[in-house]
Amino acid sequence: MATTTQSNPHHDVSDSHHHGHEELSFWRKYVFSTDHKVIGIQYGLTALTFLLFGFFLIMLMRWQLAYPNQPIPVIGGILHFFFGDNAMGAVKDGGGYFIMPDFYNSLGAMHGTIMVFLAIVPLAFGAFGNYVIPLQIGAPDMAFPRLNMASYWMYFVGGVVMFVSFFIPGGAAKAGWTSYSPLATLTDMQYAVNGQTFWLVGMVLLISSSLLGSVNFIATVIQLRAPGLTWMRLPFFVWAQFVTAFLLLLAFPPLEAAGIMQLMDNLLDTSFFLPTGLMVGGSVSMADKISGGGSPLLWQHLFWFLAHPEVYVLILPAIGIVAEVLANNTRKPLWGYKSLVYSALAIGFLSFIVWAHHMYLTGMGVTISTFFQTTTMLISVPSVIILTTLMISLYGGSIRFTTPMLFVLAFLPMFGLGGLTGLPLGFNASDLYLHDSYYVIAHFHYIVAPGTIFALFAGVYYWFPKMTGRKMSEVLGKIHFVGSFIFMNAIFLPMFIQGLDGMSRRMYDGGASYASDMEAGILGLTAESIRLNIPITHAAFGLALFQLPFIFNLFWSIKNGKKVESDNPWEATTLEWATPTPPPHGNFTEQPVVYRDPYEYSVPGVKKGFVAQNESAE
Amino acid sequence: MEIPYNSTPRPDTGLYNAKVGIWLFLASEVMLFGALFSSYILLRVGADPGMWHLRPLNIWLGTINTGVLIFSSITILMSWANLKMNSFEGFRKFMLITLLCSVAFLVIKSIEYGSKFSHGIYPKTDTYYAIYFTLTGLHALHVIGGALVNLYLWGPGSKMWKTDPERFTNRVEVSGLFWHFVDLVWIFLFPVLYLL
Ligand code: HEM
Ligand SMILES: [Cu+2]
Repeated sequence: MATTTQSNPHHDVSDSHHHGHEELSFWRKYVFSTDHKVIGIQYGLTALTFLLFGFFLIMLMRWQLAYPNQPIPVIGGILHFFFGDNAMGAVKDGGGYFIMPDFYNSLGAMHGTIMVFLAIVPLAFGAFGNYVIPLQIGAPDMAFPRLNMASYWMYFVGGVVMFVSFFIPGGAAKAGWTSYSPLATLTDMQYAVNGQTFWLVGMVLLISSSLLGSVNFIATVIQLRAPGLTWMRLPFFVWAQFVTAFLLLLAFPPLEAAGIMQLMDNLLDTSFFLPTGLMVGGSVSMADKISGGGSPLLWQHLFWFLAHPEVYVLILPAIGIVAEVLANNTRKPLWGYKSLVYSALAIGFLSFIVWAHHMYLTGMGVTISTFFQTTTMLISVPSVIILTTLMISLYGGSIRFTTPMLFVLAFLPMFGLGGLTGLPLGFNASDLYLHDSYYVIAHFHYIVAPGTIFALFAGVYYWFPKMTGRKMSEVLGKIHFVGSFIFMNAIFLPMFIQGLDGMSRRMYDGGASYASDMEAGILGLTAESIRLNIPITHAAFGLALFQLPFIFNLFWSIKNGKKVESDNPWEATTLEWATPTPPPHGNFTEQPVVYRDPYEYSVPGVKKGFVAQNESAE
Repeated sequence: MEIPYNSTPRPDTGLYNAKVGIWLFLASEVMLFGALFSSYILLRVGADPGMWHLRPLNIWLGTINTGVLIFSSITILMSWANLKMNSFEGFRKFMLITLLCSVAFLVIKSIEYGSKFSHGIYPKTDTYYAIYFTLTGLHALHVIGGALVNLYLWGPGSKMWKTDPERFTNRVEVSGLFWHFVDLVWIFLFPVLYLL
């Protein structure tokens, strides 16, 4: 396929590319680019910024949980300057400012929203998917480059809407990342347009963005695979992204529908999710404002129909990265590649029929609960298969302990712990006790924080040389790893204990008002589990500290990292390493042809020890 | 390297890129409207006794609109078939009829909306009207979106027929697929909201 320079006078969606190497302006090249690699990096930088921002929000909350109503040093004053008395209360005698309850609720809701929809998904799917998929399948770009650009910019605008909502009257959304009605409709009702309105508009933009993205990813994998790259020769990373794209494509629209309905409830006073006879604060009847007749449970069904598949959107791309790094650093083929693929597909299907395990406490009825309990146990089978397969793949390998591999080695037990602690939440009986406690917080953070985030770090360290031609510093990388590993566990392990003791999530004072008072004969939270809040918060600050080497490393290495000597510095087998470094527009100098399976490491009789996918038989 | 299969089908899948894209997009649209139809069922089943309107809409106008949309589905198919038979004039004629049908549909729909508004009936009136206005409003937005694309293909976009006829024919096909979907949604909407 020769490179041609052609200018196309018709502006349309599917064709977009001025293939050729004519000079593009700065704006077309770096800002409104249609090149999947530039878009991937844009996604990556934006998402990392939001990751940091979401982390900053939770650090404020952690301060309040450990030291309820005590002034926040330095930052308290700055926050007061921006958000005023409603958000930050003054301590008597001018001793600084502390977080007010409403602002605390905004912080929590926006931490969840930002982490899920603006940080992890765009990083795992938008950034890595965009950058790596076309390279790994030997394609010049995505199937629809302009849609790709539109997808990024919709995400960006959605993020701006979410961010701006902190500064409007009343502040950002407060009803949790789940936005349950009627709470979401009744909060801040005195403002016609409030944080929840912004949240919903932002979500509609984010949903449209991932819709365009997923159509693009799936079409690309189906249509643009290089000659010889059959389905069972795809690197597992591509499979993981492929299944993820289907989840986004099919699970998000119901939330979009729900979002439209909630928006109508909030702006046009309809009653989709508002029942008849709704009272506010036990006295004010809503009867003259709304008609009633709606169903709060309807929102929960539509929300979780998205949000359960969404948790697999958070983890599957991470598992894809783990598989690539693991095979590369154990220098042997993945054990049970086919089991991995079929398990990912099984998870994809099953994840659409487990959603109501988040709703056991709503009184849906025993029959429905039993059904969802059964499907939840079923879906744990392919998850365990994936983990086992990856563990067995380690066996007998000559492991290279590079920074990406260290993160992957930590991912496996962390993901395991997060997964196993999910089983008691899947059982109806035990979930009645554990629901909405810190046990739940600990469980899912083990999956998304030391799980997914570690895998994403591994991905950054692993593909950085392809993006820049330089490696990131191994020393800084190892410092980053050790610190993150210790503090992640120091944060989340104690939360299991707090949760089992009965500590609820979303509590303003860290549980103090629910403490046991033996003299008064009140049995509540033990003093020990409340006191645990303090070391957890310290650990969160420790975690923040150990991200500094990473941030420094990321930017410093672009110019000063160790130069790679070849296009394939990790001696990997997949196609992304067959491109020039960094890959030019159009990626490959000539169309690669695939002759073999993705992970042919330690092939007997081959001197260099591995055979790349595009190497023909001797 | 050039992006392959932009206008020619890939041998093993038999599809060109945009066709894969539109089918995937339609799959997500099915989920969108599916969620709204499920909401309709849940709201109707959960309504307080006697609180759900039975057939409060003008069935005649609804029937006419159903006919208009089905007819336009046929004409858009004809416009594509004409391109396949190399008749650009035929394409222009049938696409114009399709466009007129979309306008007719929207006019009738706004007459229906207007008569409700003039009786003081709004989405907030009760959950029946809330879901009625949401479903038909979202559907009307799809009609408008599809009509705008068709208008572009009929007008300025049709220049491509001279430079890349195969590609242009594909575009009309893709737009047609979307239009059939819009029609199909209405074929579900009509009995659910007007007749049941
Ligand atoms: C690594 C640093 C993180 C820390 C220290 C942290 C901490 C916390 C804490 C303490 C809560 C409970 C708040 C409460 O009781 O109201 C929470 C909630 C939550 N976190 Fe994180 N988190 C981190 C990362 C993440 C990531 C990466 C995600 C991505 C999916 C995430 C998603 C959520 C969600 C969805 C909630 C629930 C919010 C709600 O109640 O509506 N967190 N986090
Ligand atoms: Cu779930």
